[in-house]
Amino acid sequence: MGPVLAGVLQLLALIAALALAYVPLGNYMAKVYSSDKHWRVEKWIYKGIGANPDTEMRWPAYLRGVLAFSAVGVLFLYALQRLQGVLPGSLGFSSIDPDQAFNTAVSFVTNTNWQSYYGEQAMGHVVQTAGLAVQNFVSAAVGIAVAVALVRGFARSRTGELGNFWADLVRGVVRILVPVAAVAAVVLVACGAIQNFSGIHEVGQFMGGSQQWNGGAVASTEAIKELGTNGGGIFNANSAHPFENPTPLSNLFEIFLILVIPFALTRTFGLMVGSVKQGYAILATMATIWLGFTALMMWTEFAHHGPAFDIAGGAYEGKEVRFGVGGSSIFATSTTLTSTGAVNSFHSSFTGLGGGIAMLGMMLGEIAPGGTGSGLYGMLIMAIIAVFIAGLMVGRTPEYLGKKIGTREIKLAACYILITPALVLIFTAFAMALPTPGNSMTNSGAHGFSEILYAYTSASNNNGSAFAGLNADTQWFNSTLGLCMLLGRFVPMVFVLALAGSLAEQKPVPATAGTLRTEKPLFTGLLVGAILIITGLTYFPALALGPLAEGLAS
Amino acid sequence: MNNSVTNTARLLAAGLRALLVLTLVTGVIYPLVITGIAQGLFNDKANGSEIKADGKVVGSSLIGQSYNLPLKEGQETPEPDLKWFQGRPQNGLGTNSVNTQYKLILSGATNRSGDNEELIQWVKDAQAAVVKDNSTADYTVKPSDVPADAVTSSGSGLDPNISPEYAEIQVHRIAEKNGLPVAEVQKLVDEHTEGRTLGFMGEPRVNVLQLNIALKELVAKS
Repeated sequence: MGPVLAGVLQLLALIAALALAYVPLGNYMAKVYSSDKHWRVEKWIYKGIGANPDTEMRWPAYLRGVLAFSAVGVLFLYALQRLQGVLPGSLGFSSIDPDQAFNTAVSFVTNTNWQSYYGEQAMGHVVQTAGLAVQNFVSAAVGIAVAVALVRGFARSRTGELGNFWADLVRGVVRILVPVAAVAAVVLVACGAIQNFSGIHEVGQFMGGSQQWNGGAVASTEAIKELGTNGGGIFNANSAHPFENPTPLSNLFEIFLILVIPFALTRTFGLMVGSVKQGYAILATMATIWLGFTALMMWTEFAHHGPAFDIAGGAYEGKEVRFGVGGSSIFATSTTLTSTGAVNSFHSSFTGLGGGIAMLGMMLGEIAPGGTGSGLYGMLIMAIIAVFIAGLMVGRTPEYLGKKIGTREIKLAACYILITPALVLIFTAFAMALPTPGNSMTNSGAHGFSEILYAYTSASNNNGSAFAGLNADTQWFNSTLGLCMLLGRFVPMVFVLALAGSLAEQKPVPATAGTLRTEKPLFTGLLVGAILIITGLTYFPALALGPLAEGLAS
Repeated sequence: MNNSVTNTARLLAAGLRALLVLTLVTGVIYPLVITGIAQGLFNDKANGSEIKADGKVVGSSLIGQSYNLPLKEGQETPEPDLKWFQGRPQNGLGTNSVNTQYKLILSGATNRSGDNEELIQWVKDAQAAVVKDNSTADYTVKPSDVPADAVTSSGSGLDPNISPEYAEIQVHRIAEKNGLPVAEVQKLVDEHTEGRTLGFMGEPRVNVLQLNIALKELVAKS
């Protein structure tokens, strides 16, 4: 069997596994967010928080909950890193500098997990498990909560009430993320991922002498890092490190974890708005883009155009032998089409076009299938834009899922899709125009520009992967990328929740013969087209200067 | 005004309490329970899959090592000890800030692009070295025989594996340097070649450390 065929079979196995999980997980999540019963442990937690989980919130109250919880998260994580030097269980690492601590705190709270530090050389056990890994859980739960609030906006009428943020947060963690992550972590240990709290210790070598190993709660972190589409690894090499991702099986399993919640949420959405077919249309849109991108990535990586790869006879730089080109390509598109940003191979050493595909995946807004929650709400915003475009064509007031898309709704959707491109392009332009940021580049020419474009794309879209040749541990990059992550996460959430509130207040519009059938393949086609055209028009000039220039030259 | 300040403070306090409670659940209980299960059920794997030779721990089956001659005086980069199978090159990592040549297992890639001049040179040098080192009196390696993994560095810089093709072209050299019949070394490589998991996952591979341990035993016997 050749590597291409093996790659295709791995893709098919992955699709089969995702299909098997789709209905049970989607149904379960719908039940979690619709149930009015509280588990006993949840009641204890609500008592600890001092919140009544049955209080309905309108959108401003829901948003305040999101912002307050996230603000506290940033401050807590910042403090934890600044105090690392005096905390026990820190493996002797010193406190993190203010600019890097800010960047890292924001990074993990926003579900980005951009890392300007070397994991195994900077963060001790306490910061890793009680700080960073906690945000892996809660930032994912916040994302799902906001998505569920938007879905309730479609599902409910004449109320304006979107549910209770604390209840959605706690249920996401307790009923979904912790149980699945626990099972996944044990599976990863069985594959060979480490899970211990040893300090840095010496281990003998074949040729004599010894090497130093870090211990760590690696498997437990790895499980939620993929499941919550976070991506921040314990080790610098992330999921390329054999202790994080030891075998081809663990590799495929980790890709499955990345994709399973974002895809299954379309089922949850369908059930909650009362039509699973609407969920299938969204699923079909996500799956089409994901599959198309993965096929393109495999094609360009197997074709391995580029001077160094031509001599080597394959694009193996930055890739592990056990995963090969196929397993690396599937991981790369899955991590950049979600907000994960974990890597099992280094995107900077992909072919020119391969790096461009990774970038374009993030530029779509990470909606195919996107981050936990953020993928669904991002895609629903695009669906609103698509019905609006369709409405313009036939001269009708657009409607979606029985709700009118009026001036207020389309303004909010338009603001949502403008914010990340504005952040990416403006900050990239500044970084290129200023004299010093360019010094951080490892590569020159088009690829050097790509390093910076990739960084701002990754931060603003809350991905976290990098063209890691860029030395991002400078005050300029730590602060501007931190700002991009904050604005790229929370400003869109403001628009989403405002939109949810305004939808929930409306009375439903009965479907007529003139209503666009948004559960049909025609709409899926329209949506895919709208996404690709809008993103393409926004980013084409920037992509032409970077990955396209590099890819077409070789 | 005063009212909104109190409200904000109350909200932030609720947020802090929520964070602390959830930290207890996800940042203390969860990792400790998983560690308990992992240490109980998969003790060996949870601690890094160490392997032993002659009763001594010689590393992890998951982590690559270098097989070099001791540094001579005035030498900066050690030469490979050609008696042993060699893993993927660390040439790119030679100038990488995270490289410690496996002393501290700091992981990382070169992040060089396909059109990067340095990478092109490293690949050329590595290819020339593989051709030169592995050609023996009765066996010539052509540049086109050298597989990609033999001339590129991995994502982690700790890749424990090489492709069967790369192991294959080292067979004659290993046989010559150790005074072993080619067929016996070839048999050793075949025994240590691992196919794709379930026939389709990942790529076929050879674990260099395990292969070298077996080679050492073979040399000791003969």
